[in-house]
Amino acid sequence: MQQQAIIFDAIRTPRSRGKADGSLNEVKPVELAAGLLRELKVRHDLDSARVGDVILGCADPLSEQGGAIGKTVAMMAGYADSVSGMQVDRYCGSGLEAVNLAAMKVMCGVEDLVIAGGVESMSRVPIASGGSAWISDPEVALRTGYVPQGISADLIAALGCMTREDVDRFALESQQRAASARANGYFKSLVPVRDAFGRTILAEDDFIKPETTMERLAALKPSFAEVGAMGFDGIAMSRYPSRDSIPHVHTAGNSSGIVDGASAVLIGNEAMAKDLSLKPRARIVAMANVGCEPMIMLTGPAPATLKVLKKAGLTLADIDLFEVNEAFASVVLNFMRETNVPRDKINVNGGAIALGHPLGATGGILIGTVLDELERRGGRYGLCTLCIGAGMGIATVIERL
Amino acid sequence: MSTGFEIAVDSAGVALVTMDMPGAVNLMNEIYAGLMEQTLVELTRGIAEDRIKGIVLTSAKKTFFAGGDIDAILRYQSQANWDECFTELGLMKRQLLRWESLGAPTAAAINGAALGGGLEICLACHHRVALDAPHVQLGFPEVSLGLLPGAGGVVRSVRLLGLKQAIPLLMEGTRLHGAKAKEAGLVDDLATDAADLQQKARGWVLANAGYVQPWLRKGFRIPGGNAFAAANAGLLAVAPAVLRKKTRGLLPAPEAILAAAAEGSMTGYEAAMRIESRYFEKLIRGPESAALIGTLYKQVNEIAARASRPAGIAESKAAKVGVLGAGMMGRGIAHACALAGIAVALKDMTLANATAGKDHAAALLDRAVERGRLDAARRAAALALIHPTTENADLADCDIVIEAVFEDLELKQGLTRDLLPLLRADCIFASNTSTLPISLLAQAHGHPEQFVGLHFFSPVDRMNLVEIIRGRRTSDATLAHAYDFVQQIRKTPIVVSDGRGFYTSRVFGAFCDEGVRLLEEGVDPVLIENIARQAGMPVGPLAVMDEVEISLMAKVSKTNKRLDAMLGENFSSVHEHMNTLAEAMVAEGRTGRAAGKGFYDYRPDGSKSIAPLWKERFGSTTQISSDDIRDRLLFRQVVETLHCVRRGVVQSARDANVGSIYGWGFPMHTGGTVQLIEGYGRRAFAARACQLAARYGERFGVPDELDALLESAA
Repeated sequence: MQQQAIIFDAIRTPRSRGKADGSLNEVKPVELAAGLLRELKVRHDLDSARVGDVILGCADPLSEQGGAIGKTVAMMAGYADSVSGMQVDRYCGSGLEAVNLAAMKVMCGVEDLVIAGGVESMSRVPIASGGSAWISDPEVALRTGYVPQGISADLIAALGCMTREDVDRFALESQQRAASARANGYFKSLVPVRDAFGRTILAEDDFIKPETTMERLAALKPSFAEVGAMGFDGIAMSRYPSRDSIPHVHTAGNSSGIVDGASAVLIGNEAMAKDLSLKPRARIVAMANVGCEPMIMLTGPAPATLKVLKKAGLTLADIDLFEVNEAFASVVLNFMRETNVPRDKINVNGGAIALGHPLGATGGILIGTVLDELERRGGRYGLCTLCIGAGMGIATVIERL
Repeated sequence: MSTGFEIAVDSAGVALVTMDMPGAVNLMNEIYAGLMEQTLVELTRGIAEDRIKGIVLTSAKKTFFAGGDIDAILRYQSQANWDECFTELGLMKRQLLRWESLGAPTAAAINGAALGGGLEICLACHHRVALDAPHVQLGFPEVSLGLLPGAGGVVRSVRLLGLKQAIPLLMEGTRLHGAKAKEAGLVDDLATDAADLQQKARGWVLANAGYVQPWLRKGFRIPGGNAFAAANAGLLAVAPAVLRKKTRGLLPAPEAILAAAAEGSMTGYEAAMRIESRYFEKLIRGPESAALIGTLYKQVNEIAARASRPAGIAESKAAKVGVLGAGMMGRGIAHACALAGIAVALKDMTLANATAGKDHAAALLDRAVERGRLDAARRAAALALIHPTTENADLADCDIVIEAVFEDLELKQGLTRDLLPLLRADCIFASNTSTLPISLLAQAHGHPEQFVGLHFFSPVDRMNLVEIIRGRRTSDATLAHAYDFVQQIRKTPIVVSDGRGFYTSRVFGAFCDEGVRLLEEGVDPVLIENIARQAGMPVGPLAVMDEVEISLMAKVSKTNKRLDAMLGENFSSVHEHMNTLAEAMVAEGRTGRAAGKGFYDYRPDGSKSIAPLWKERFGSTTQISSDDIRDRLLFRQVVETLHCVRRGVVQSARDANVGSIYGWGFPMHTGGTVQLIEGYGRRAFAARACQLAARYGERFGVPDELDALLESAA
């Protein structure tokens, strides 16, 4: 008989600029995640031996993030030897995939209690530093129609006739909502990052730019014009020939921020609530992933959402809050057009444009973010979805308990 | 006994291997394989018996080694021989692997051009010395034939030079000699003369006993790392896109080279060799290499060798040419003649016009000097050959007169009649017309056997093609001398017979006409233009019409209608939609690019976009598949070409193919209008054309006797 997958907790580190001058650059990735596992142990008085597995998403699993980092983190957090760990890579969807896999293990009875989330220190292991055949093997790149993600984002904007002003306005809203949420203390999932002596290194997200204005956004240079001109615009238009050009509207200001961060979600069956005196906060209702056309790449959220809702037996109207990862402004604007979900239900406390997108960790962060706000508002259903490299989408529906 | 590879061992134990295959060149074919095998056996024995201490490889021919045997390669394209291709490449490779690990140092004494297979043999040597002379060129031209170096050239280049240096050489087919070849790392040393060459090569082998090829040594690392090394990952992430910008994905050879180079850097040496062979086989299996070899190599060579020139007529050289009309075409023709050392009398109605024509030629010459392609002395000499004039008398001693005035029948005939009495009896009279029948123009000439069409393309300084049009009465001698003249000014001649629109205007016009039809059917003009370019046309039909100028097209339309009435013909129907719309656009003031508006609106900053009125007028939501749009644009041109063949205007595939590619940029990867049919497969082509005819109209109908037609033009 299928078990329920209950979310007992969802915590995350604050996010900071993913460069050498970022606040978390001095914290190695295993430590970012280990800190969260230690916190779960402390605040829930958790016997770590009861945790069956630690599943961590990580999109650049090499060097400091290499190896089955879930196991390394479990060891560093002082968890019992009996705890196993692994790493999962579904690009930007890795963190949510980790949550979904944990839920599946619990629902089918393979595990009773699992920690799932992700870690990405983009300042110490730069984006795409692992390399891949998709990007760097000429035959593969040409056959699969590889273009850089930013070109896909600009293509979505071009096909949807989104102007620079449209995408900048969306970005401004993200900044304003995030700044307001931070100021109001809505981010309950935040756990400060401390050093070995307990001193706080970073307590709050410091990537948000509350001083953002439309003028400042307008002054930023398009990030993908150059690479587009080198040849990727031509490749995109060869599959989408209805445009004679691709206006490059995405900049550093309306694309997700490159940051460091980690997330951890404690998921178990109902028996664990009693056994370990854990208070259920939500249950995972349904999960889904899809593939989509790889060149336009970032259109996965809408089909993933429709698929997960079908699995959940729910409609769009049933969902109180959506977290649609702000990889690029056009991604969310396109999602809104395809689903007609209103703006005031989406990323109500800001998104990755303002807060940053630590690739492998973000999925777990979104679970915590939507749950915090469902609890604050008394909402019932939340849906988290992300677009994913090479053309995929992932979605999870949770129900606040 | 002479083996074709002479081996002479000197007192110091240096074996001089001189390649002297039967024929004019050393070539990588079955005979070579046999000779190489014997040589390897003999050298191996000599080394084992301690008689041979080192090896110098050189050539007895004018070139070091001419590369692969094209005909042998073409044999592989038949499906029956695909596996043979992989096997035989393996044999060639294994021989060179044995060569480079004989156990004695080897040096190539490169005393002539080493291209393709020739360079591959040099890279299998341990050391390369080349004669420092312009004719001693090294490079990999395989890419231009739709192939790649299949005897280890990709693998060894990468292991010698690293990916960053090797990839451009392989993908672009760059030819280098002397210091540049040394700088690029293809040769280790240069020599001043034959003796110096032998001495350096011999000296090196004697001083390097025990030498092992770098990539056969333990711990060898490719210079700069493999494809995933940080230094290379960035380059390889964009290289395919940069390539596609040039080729639009239509040329598989450079893509295969890039892939073979990158993938071979990730594996062991012999695995890399097999990867290279498989990419070579992939190219052989596709139609592009046959198309490029067939048209751009063989047929271009046939034209250079004068296959379409009447035989038995002594070669002529023009000493003086008269050009009537110093407009855009006339001035370009004058420039071409002057550059070839031919004196030109450039005549126009006013001296100002004639001088302006010479000034234009001067500007072109200046630009060439700036770019280092011409020295000041040659520039001055060329310019001095152009004589602007208003006097017919100045053309009296011309060998050829080329009339390049407005497309006006009476004007042209009048000028011809006026000039005729002053010309020498053997002077050839040519018209640059693109529209007026040569036989009709020839009527104004007392001796139509001296009359011929010489249709140049704009801009003359950049377009290599000249369409020679044989009038009904043009003599063999006139045709032959016209052919010689075109070659003298270093352009490429094709020969067609007189017929409305000749070949190039008729078929290029069909491309434009089809574009107009698609527009009028309500297909999004942006889509039409994009699909045309993706199909390989240099410019979309709407943009190209603007560039040719709508006003000019409207004039040509009126002229053709007049001629139709005069001659009782219906040629105008071939380009009916293009003609009608062009005349309508002129009435609306949309005369083309020069006026800033045609199909496009042109902005002061040089950018352009499709004028909104077209979507308003014709709609833009008609759904025709991209495949249908592409095939309509290409097949229309091919079917029109078949009509030209059927009517005897075009008599050989080579003239059709080369004319289409050089004349208006018909997609090179197809090999030209006639070759496209062979690459498609004749039955498949006919079936697809039938489908298009059923859906879109009879103009796509292919003549039943397709095979017979193609045989007649073979």
